[in-house]
Amino acid sequence: MILEVDKLQIHYSTRSGVARAVDGASFVVPEGRIVGLVGESGCGKTTAVRAIMGVLAENGRQAGGRVVFKGQTMDEATTRRLRWRDIAYVPQSAMSSLDPVYTVGSQLVEVLTKRGTHSRASARARSAELFDLVGLSERRLADYPHQFSGGMRQRAAIAMALALEPSLLLADEPVTALDVIVQRQILDVLRSLQQRLHLSMVLVTHDISVVAYLCDEVVVMYAGQVVESGPVREVLARPRHPYTMGLRNAFPDLLSDALELVPIAGSPPDLSEPLSGCRFVPRCPFAQPACSIDSVVTGSDGHRSACRRDAEADTIRTAALDPRTWQRSSSFAMS
Amino acid sequence: MAALVELRDVVKHFPVTRSLSELVRGAHPAVRALDGVTFDVGDGDAVAIVGESGCGKTTLGRLMLKLVEPTGGAISFAGAPMAEITGEKLRAFRRQAQLVFQNPFDALNPRFTIYRAVVEPLINAGIDKAEHADRVASAFRRVHLADFDRYYDRYPHQLSGGQLQRVVMARALVLGPRFLVADEPVSMLDVSVRAGILALLREVRETMGLTAVYISHDLALVRYLCERTLVMYLGRVVEDAPTEEIVRRPRHPYTQALVAAVPVPDPDQSRAPLPIKGNVPDAREPPSGCSFRDRCPHAMPRCATETPALKPVAGGHQVACHLDTPTSP
Amino acid sequence: MAERAEPVPARASWPLLPVLKRMAAMPLKDPFAFAGLVIYLLFVLVAVFADQLAPVDPLEILFTKAGKLAANVPPGVEFPLGTTNLGRDIYAQLVHGTRSALAVGLSAAIIVATVGTIVGLVAGYFGGTADAVLMRIADMALSLPFLPFVIVLTGFLGASTSNIVLAVALLLWPNSARVIRSQVLTLRERAYVEAARVTGASAWRILFVHIAPNILPLSFVYAAIAIGWAIITEASVSFLGFGDSTSVSWGMMLQDAFASQALSRGQYAWFVPPGICIVLVVVAGFFISRGYEEVFMPRLRGR
Ligand SMILES: Nc1ncnc2c1ncn2[C@@H]1O[C@H](COP(=O)(O)OP(=O)(O)OP(=O)(O)O)[C@@H](O)[C@H]1O
Ligand SMILES: Nc1ncnc2c1ncn2[C@@H]1O[C@H](COP(=O)(O)OP(=O)(O)O)[C@@H](O)[C@H]1O
Ligand code: SF4
Ligand code: SF4
Ligand SMILES: [Mg+2]
Ligand SMILES: [Mg+2]
Repeated sequence: MILEVDKLQIHYSTRSGVARAVDGASFVVPEGRIVGLVGESGCGKTTAVRAIMGVLAENGRQAGGRVVFKGQTMDEATTRRLRWRDIAYVPQSAMSSLDPVYTVGSQLVEVLTKRGTHSRASARARSAELFDLVGLSERRLADYPHQFSGGMRQRAAIAMALALEPSLLLADEPVTALDVIVQRQILDVLRSLQQRLHLSMVLVTHDISVVAYLCDEVVVMYAGQVVESGPVREVLARPRHPYTMGLRNAFPDLLSDALELVPIAGSPPDLSEPLSGCRFVPRCPFAQPACSIDSVVTGSDGHRSACRRDAEADTIRTAALDPRTWQRSSSFAMS
Repeated sequence: MAALVELRDVVKHFPVTRSLSELVRGAHPAVRALDGVTFDVGDGDAVAIVGESGCGKTTLGRLMLKLVEPTGGAISFAGAPMAEITGEKLRAFRRQAQLVFQNPFDALNPRFTIYRAVVEPLINAGIDKAEHADRVASAFRRVHLADFDRYYDRYPHQLSGGQLQRVVMARALVLGPRFLVADEPVSMLDVSVRAGILALLREVRETMGLTAVYISHDLALVRYLCERTLVMYLGRVVEDAPTEEIVRRPRHPYTQALVAAVPVPDPDQSRAPLPIKGNVPDAREPPSGCSFRDRCPHAMPRCATETPALKPVAGGHQVACHLDTPTSP
Repeated sequence: MAERAEPVPARASWPLLPVLKRMAAMPLKDPFAFAGLVIYLLFVLVAVFADQLAPVDPLEILFTKAGKLAANVPPGVEFPLGTTNLGRDIYAQLVHGTRSALAVGLSAAIIVATVGTIVGLVAGYFGGTADAVLMRIADMALSLPFLPFVIVLTGFLGASTSNIVLAVALLLWPNSARVIRSQVLTLRERAYVEAARVTGASAWRILFVHIAPNILPLSFVYAAIAIGWAIITEASVSFLGFGDSTSVSWGMMLQDAFASQALSRGQYAWFVPPGICIVLVVVAGFFISRGYEEVFMPRLRGR
């Protein structure tokens, strides 16, 4: 395991109280694997990777749990030492965060000399190498960000994260808002980087098709917690948690024969309210009174689910395929 | 069936700021957003327009709604040339043709309450004030906003993206239009909300008998809405066919790439490698001949000199590629 | 997307109301703007109650009890700031000067804001020829040298206060028009403006219902700036002797004091108070405009 996240808790203090953006999330990243972190907007994906990277927003703090990187429990000092050198990060909307005033090349050189120990000359050589690595022509180093398309800017952002040869890359929604061909090209770049550099990777996305295409493992988050995790094949083919089943139904599939998309009624809970038991209760068609009491995590051999009715997972899965299971008109309209 | 909207060789160029050398040469460069587009939208049909960003989809939608004027070619709506729709006729047209926006967070005036936003079209159309409340209520009912009067006094920032998109649709439907353009209506929305909005789009189309044009870059979504799909590349239509044909048997090399690029939520589905490389060329200087040729794996000498025209290859299936027209016309 | 519904507000039928509320609340957040507002308020009170505060006619030539011309009387109980060399009450002049200062400032502000807003809206929204013509005129007005233009114009049309206001307005509207125009250019691209077009709103309706409310704070900023400029200009023109000699103004007081060598005679009470008053109103105007800029256009200021 290159990374272990254990019962991580991240709180944001806000005017309306404490928002528990990540509330006891646990997952692992095996060495050399790509782990997909999926879930609806607002369920804590960005917060989780920012916490691992040690770049939380000012009003956020780690309220509990641990992050273990290569056997070492991360505290402020180790995080600062490892940041960018061992763990790198491509922020959400990284492509719009390039400085319009400087050429992409000079921004890359800046990263290499400031964060790393490169001289300017070696930084320039390394920039060309990095551009080649992400499939950009080294001539484009002299261009300004506005001369790049969205996909090229995303490649440049990835190159910047890879500057100091990290062993773990955290990429937050690297292909969201890109159109399908560019998206595919970026995913292929990430795949080839993982193979050539033996990188481990956490890929944050809300798109399970992206997970299916690129990832080895998947971690499904809901309302600040991990509800299901395991190998991609296992989890997507035989989901055990109703939320994963719901997400799967809501997703368009170019090749399926079903011409129906089924939304999950309602929306995720407000994380500044106290929550107990399974957080999916208000939206779960399979909820039972016991579900509100507490939540349990079950499962072994890497496929884990936080559903109380895990023993009935197979029946539930069959029922979940029927669109009528998810239809509850009143809350449907609220979505 | 008669066509509701007809486009004939429509061209739209946008002027761009000239560089010094262009100024000296006296050149007038332009972004060729649309470069000769011809097609019909049959009355009651749902047509999808797909293609990479910047290929001209939004421009096409805006032209069909008379929000911009074409540089060349002709568009007609219900048999009337668009160029002649002015004054009183334009007011009548505005009642019949509506738009659903990509970003619901920007599509509603932040200073207007939800009720005010939906009543605006009625005011603009000069509809008797006594009817307003009823018509707004029925529009809200159509978009399934339960307890809709609860939303009336709210402002857009107090609603979620999915709710906002429903309000945007209520505004588009309140005048009872017959033509609807939806420009990436779900791309800014969360996964779980998308399905609901897509279902709604399909439902209102059926119940109101709307003619619809649906713009997207995602073929997987388009499949849930439209029987027919047009694929665009750099301001031209390169393939026009029933959606299932496009998805299962794409003929144009660009469409093939587009289909191959769509990710599917099934890890066991072996995905063919992307057959094309590179980026969309600059719309100011598209390649000569077939504008796809610098990325096309099948490009031949002829492709550099001759622009392929959209030609029927089978019933209801048209393609603009020299591979499908082996002999020179 | 979680639904975070806030308490339902009262139905606001007029989109301007929330803007006005926010504008009214602004000075409470910015101490400088608050100070500026307090200064204005004081001057307005003084102007309104000028007759009560200084019952003496500021232009009347006064005599002492002994029947002598009360010229150059030092400040005292009878004349709080003393008298001029022609025997006029300086305190009365200062108080009554407030009226002309405010009249000049406010009327210039109203004209500048109105003309600038309308020109900016029309040029920005309609573009094309209207835009080109209006912006060329604005360029021309901007290229005029400020003070010489005012002097020449008042020379032509007569040295009345209203002509000075006219000259100032002619010089200042282009600034506000330009900024408002560029703001309209961005607002015009917003999807909700396009939505208004699709649903059949007329151009004027779009302009005044959807765009203008966003512009109002900007108009206000330029109005506040214009107040200061107008008062300074009026003072300068009067000081240079091109002003309206029949009305009392701070600029005229300075000119009088200067011409009769009050400085060399050490009659500070004659020229220091009007100087301070001019500085106060002008600075107050800039404080207020700065406050609104901060609140409504954070992007206009450096990061
Ligand atoms: N700086 C912050 N202050 C307060 N709350 C925050 C902050 N950042 C995030 N949150 C809240 O924390 C929760 C998780 O946010 P996060 O951005 O990590 O989610 P996400 O899954 O990445 O969503 P998205 O797909 O929208 O980016 C949300 O409820 C969000 O509103
Ligand atoms: N108002 C405009 N001025 C200049 N260029 C424009 C304008 N609108 C669109 N374009 C250009 O026209 C082309 C097509 O744009 P658009 O229709 O928005 O594409 P899409 O919707 O497929 O992303 C792009 O190259 C775009 O930059
Ligand atoms: S624990 Fe209960 S509510 Fe939660 S997902 Fe399982 S069945 Fe549904
Ligand atoms: S015309 Fe030629 S270049 Fe264009 S798509 Fe067909 S084969 Fe490729
Ligand atoms: Mg995020
Ligand atoms: Mg678009």
